[in-house]
Amino acid sequence: MLAEVKDPEIPLVTITGMGIVRDVLVNDHHVEVVITPTYSGCPAMKEINDSIAQKLRENNIEDFTIKSVLSPPWTTDWMTEETREKLKESGIAPPHKVQTNELLSLLSDKRVVTCPYCGSEDTKKTSEFGSTLCKALHFCNGCQQPFEYFKCI
Amino acid sequence: MKLEELKDSTREALFGYLLFLGDSNLVLGHRLSEWCGHGPMLEEDIALANLALDCVGQSANFLKLAGEVEGKNRNEDDLAYLRDAVDFRNATIAELPRGDFGYTIMRQFLVSTYLYIVFKNLRESSFDDLKSIAQKSIKEIKYHVRHSSEWVLRLGDGTEESHERIQKSLNELWRYTDELFTHTATDKTLIEQNIISDMSKYHSEWLEIVSQVIKEATLTIPEEKTYLYHNGREGKHTEYLGHMLAEMQILPRSHPGAVW
Repeated sequence: MLAEVKDPEIPLVTITGMGIVRDVLVNDHHVEVVITPTYSGCPAMKEINDSIAQKLRENNIEDFTIKSVLSPPWTTDWMTEETREKLKESGIAPPHKVQTNELLSLLSDKRVVTCPYCGSEDTKKTSEFGSTLCKALHFCNGCQQPFEYFKCI
Repeated sequence: MKLEELKDSTREALFGYLLFLGDSNLVLGHRLSEWCGHGPMLEEDIALANLALDCVGQSANFLKLAGEVEGKNRNEDDLAYLRDAVDFRNATIAELPRGDFGYTIMRQFLVSTYLYIVFKNLRESSFDDLKSIAQKSIKEIKYHVRHSSEWVLRLGDGTEESHERIQKSLNELWRYTDELFTHTATDKTLIEQNIISDMSKYHSEWLEIVSQVIKEATLTIPEEKTYLYHNGREGKHTEYLGHMLAEMQILPRSHPGAVW
């Protein structure tokens, strides 16, 4: 049921596909949905809360709570393959897998981001921050298109 | 360690430290948000607003926890909007006016690198709730360090003017960095219980990362060793903070309980 709730900032993917829903606990007739924010400052959390509540009510579930937890912290590694494919189809390069070498990822990330449009690896980063907190701006020298990259966290 | 397991004296000390983290991020976030619509180019306008969003989001987490630790029914909004400058515990460097783009970038670089080390250590905190916030925040702060360090390189090793201006910013900001590595008397109990780390031990680690970037940017760390006496942790602030808070707090103070 929650797989029908869309991510308000990227409506073609769902909150379950993004790994935002961490758990659903059913105790007698009470339902507890556990979610986690993607970023500390993610402005979509209220919208996500409201959408979940609406979806539950539509399915005649009135006795529920929605709990937001910070730990374990959300990571892009929790995205499903299907979600990554959908991002790519819509012109957003999916995130790399999380790196473990801390200092390396602190000062620079030299990993190649493949263009979601033409598949070229000849791309450059134009800004570390894009239209939302979770994305960076890149440019493809191959097809001369700007595109977004879903940052790996 | 859980909230209920903290002793009263620990709670009081921890409240102070959480205000330091929450207020520093809030004030810095507000300074960054002042760039919205004024950035030197569209991408950077957006980037600075995104950085501000991260800072304010992290601040909300710290202040929410501060309210719970204090136990007086104050939430993150009460703490952000209904306290005066003397009750703020932010580091002085965060409250200084935003200056030019180079100044904002240099401050962001110095402070983000510091916060990166703070969060890295707090991931091992013996207090579960603080540990969770740190584990989350460190992922975000890495992007801040990367963004600002790349701009320090670009401006430092850029044109004659950009070099001169960012060097001047570094000279002005440097004297405020020492304060970041000092602790108040009440922090001691938190350090002893491994709730927080003794940051005076990490000054050299910070200096190492900072120096590496400064050097590559063809800039020079000021030789001046005297730091200005400041102590935001004790509520001693520059006059800039009061003016900033007046603007930041006017809406909730004029219309208590206002909602969108």
